[in-house]
Amino acid sequence: LQLEVARSAFLTGRSRPFHYRIQQLQSLRRFVLERKSDFAAALQKDLGKSEHGMELFELLGVEREIMLAIDELPKWAAPKPVEKNLLTIMDEVYVQPEPLGVVLIIGAWNYPLAVTLQPLIGAIAAGNAAVIKPSELSSHTAKVMEDLSLYLDKEMYHVVTGGVTESQELLKQRFDHIFYTGNSMVGKLVMQAASCHLTPVTLELGGKSPCYIDKDCDITIACRRITWGKYLNCGQTCIAPDYILCEPSIQDRLLEEIRKSIKEFYTDDPKSFTDYGRIVNQRHFQRLMALLKGSTVAIGGNGDESERYIEPTVLRDVNPEAKVMQEEIFGPILPVLTVSGADEAISFINSREKPLVLYIFSSNKKLIKRMIEETSSGGVLANDCLVHSTVSALPFGGVGNSGMGSYHGKYTFDQLSHLRSCLIRKLATEKANMMRYPPHTFEKIRWARIVLLNQVNVGRLWRVVLVTLLGILAAFVVQVRLSTNTQSHLERST
Amino acid sequence: MDGQQAVIDRLRASFRSGISLPEQFRLGQLKALLTLVTDNEQQILEALQKDLAKPKFEAILSEVDMVINELSYTISHLKSWMAPEYVEKNLATKLDDCFVRREPLGVVLIIGAWNYPFQLILLPLIGTIAAGNCAIVKPSEISVTTGKLLADLIPKYLSQECYAVICGGIEETKKLLENRFDHIFYTGSQAVGRSVLQAAAVHLTPVTLELGGKCPCLMYGKLDIQAAAKRLVWAKFFNAGQSCVAPDYVLCNRQTCEALVPALRQALEAFYGQRPRECDDMGRIVSQKHCARLVSLLERSTGKVVIGGETDKEEKYIAPTVLVDVKETDALMEEEIFGPILPIISIDTLADAISFVNAREKPLALYVFSDESKVVHTVLEQTSSGGFCSNDGIVHMCLPGLPFGGVGNSGMGSYHGRWGFETFSHRRACMLRGWGLERVNVLRYPPYTESNLGWLRWATGARRQGWGCSVM
Repeated sequence: LQLEVARSAFLTGRSRPFHYRIQQLQSLRRFVLERKSDFAAALQKDLGKSEHGMELFELLGVEREIMLAIDELPKWAAPKPVEKNLLTIMDEVYVQPEPLGVVLIIGAWNYPLAVTLQPLIGAIAAGNAAVIKPSELSSHTAKVMEDLSLYLDKEMYHVVTGGVTESQELLKQRFDHIFYTGNSMVGKLVMQAASCHLTPVTLELGGKSPCYIDKDCDITIACRRITWGKYLNCGQTCIAPDYILCEPSIQDRLLEEIRKSIKEFYTDDPKSFTDYGRIVNQRHFQRLMALLKGSTVAIGGNGDESERYIEPTVLRDVNPEAKVMQEEIFGPILPVLTVSGADEAISFINSREKPLVLYIFSSNKKLIKRMIEETSSGGVLANDCLVHSTVSALPFGGVGNSGMGSYHGKYTFDQLSHLRSCLIRKLATEKANMMRYPPHTFEKIRWARIVLLNQVNVGRLWRVVLVTLLGILAAFVVQVRLSTNTQSHLERST
Repeated sequence: MDGQQAVIDRLRASFRSGISLPEQFRLGQLKALLTLVTDNEQQILEALQKDLAKPKFEAILSEVDMVINELSYTISHLKSWMAPEYVEKNLATKLDDCFVRREPLGVVLIIGAWNYPFQLILLPLIGTIAAGNCAIVKPSEISVTTGKLLADLIPKYLSQECYAVICGGIEETKKLLENRFDHIFYTGSQAVGRSVLQAAAVHLTPVTLELGGKCPCLMYGKLDIQAAAKRLVWAKFFNAGQSCVAPDYVLCNRQTCEALVPALRQALEAFYGQRPRECDDMGRIVSQKHCARLVSLLERSTGKVVIGGETDKEEKYIAPTVLVDVKETDALMEEEIFGPILPIISIDTLADAISFVNAREKPLALYVFSDESKVVHTVLEQTSSGGFCSNDGIVHMCLPGLPFGGVGNSGMGSYHGRWGFETFSHRRACMLRGWGLERVNVLRYPPYTESNLGWLRWATGARRQGWGCSVM
């Protein structure tokens, strides 16, 4: 069983030294770069992704994260000293990041490279072993991913392909952390399976990410950015703007601008355009076409089942009860709902599950601030779409139904590490300890309260000492000068 | 349970109204909590005495003062914790505002334990309040008096709109767990921890589990046996051994064992006198049931009792007891002892002791006594545990700079100090862009080209060492 091999490999301890982790990360980078064309072909088959699309939206992120991990690993893994109290003032007190063991990474099909490999980067950087289960829906990419074992330590890192049965089998076993990207329904099952073994989980789920467009904004630019964010990967992005909320007075203008942007990006015939993708499979195609029922199509609306193609579609005057508003769309359909203003938009958003991201388009900084303060979501992005996920220093994750835990950059490392508290004391200086032992007296209680429970900022203490010393020195110098001055005065006057 | 539902609804409505968010409100509540403790210290000590015969000194040190300390620490740092954290950007986002906000989660459920019934409710509550949440607190039903006291005092000092105490046993807790919370904080056993996690999975609620396990105590290499024995005795018999981070069992070689036993005897006498039963500083077991459990462990053990061994079920008293010649398969090694019984297992080499520890579940704390730094660091590097302390026991818990929590079977998540604040917060990534530089954005729009890719790669790449170039 892969888990057992991985665990034995982990227990040898060879994944701990930094040079090993860096070496594995470098091999991962080589894997991704050398097999670029294989991945491109696979993604084309799975999702109709163009080669450049793949590079931009999958590889770039993975490469960036690998280089970041290689550069920062020693810093991330270093022990972090913390505040002491008087009792421990001579001791070493720090937090030491440690690997957890064997991590299970369950990938998703929409960005099969990125969402499977980015957690792996953190897992390797943190010194863990890993079992990777790519999504079977992006089966061609999963096949290429199997070749990971040709580049990385194949006992430490395993790729397991297969469908639901294989996933269920994996989830029965005991891992030290499970990292799952996907939908909330399966997220619950993953967490339930994890509960049997008390395994901690990171769940990157989804939800309907609202996009509020304020009257006071540059509508042309806003629509371009939204169009880009929505139809990228044919809308199959966990952080795609799911639906729009705007005031009725700007709806027509919005639709006009979006229409223009669609044409600009995807030409008059998106079907034949290389940079426009496809729906992952028939089931999702049918699901999406069914969502159109009961709503007014303003742009697009047509699909071709044989090619799993759905054209960029926008719906207008959508009713909150409409089918399209009952589940995460995850496709190239953009409903526009009208609201009377920011107040209604905020209530609307708050009456639904917390989304993975909230988008706000407005030139009014106060409004943006207000919307942030009065709502909750995994993340917030004002005046653009998707790009917050490219900043490795920002934690990427959900809250409530949209997930738990976060990753990217150092966050992945921390998420897949155990932060162990360490207190290194010596047996000497036993006298200081005497006051905490029984028999207990009032005198001892008083001392114990001071010594054990007051925080000492050693840095500040030293600064105080230094300042005092400097003060004394200054006083001394002044005194010397004064006395020499007096002397010279005396000399001159005589 | 209608009563429960009404309470939860009320708290959720309060949270929605936003009253628990402002810094002033949080500080006000924390200060009120401080007053609660200082006004009622005597009552608190009496309740702890009633529930656990907790010696006054222990109660002050490990319950009252820990809460006061955590409160002062939190109050003085809250402002800085609440401030948005601005983060490093890449070239493409240089002109944007990128920051992380700590936001409250909503309604938190805190389930306490009976061994430190006061602080195990209040310390998580402090973090919860500091993070801006509302909370339901469920004290352990086993430490009845303290639970009742908390139910009485909390509504008197804290906002009743935002915080509530629900008392009850297993059935009530099960019912409570069927509801949807925004975070569940549980301290207790692994078995119940699993059910809590399972219940949380239904609602995708994040949890923090502070569980237990058998905390090993290794003694190898050169060491000052007298000093080590004192610290070991203090840590082990504090609260009559009923601490989740008490050293559960000792591993050492035969030689050390032979020197250790008289040193332990000496320390015990110095602390509790010749008749610990009559000493005020010796605690009691929390209930008849737990006392019977411990008595049964002693009876089934095949080890040799060298110190103590007396028990009195009626009085819930177990003498500080030390056993040697304990085998790995002994009854005392089956479960977390959680009582004043210390088995010593003789293992010749450090390497074997480390293997022994690693063959078992990851504990909440791991202790090493040695004057040799190499021994300490070898154990540290070759094992895993929630926390680690060399040449002492328990005290690592009272440093709010250190995260207190387990790993593997000993738990998930952590708290104390800032770690508590972070546990009960959502870290929301925020990025605020402007309309400018749309020309630069063009690089990412379709049609996708090779040259655009090159530029984007450069602009969004991780900052390499010594590269810091802010052209934009």
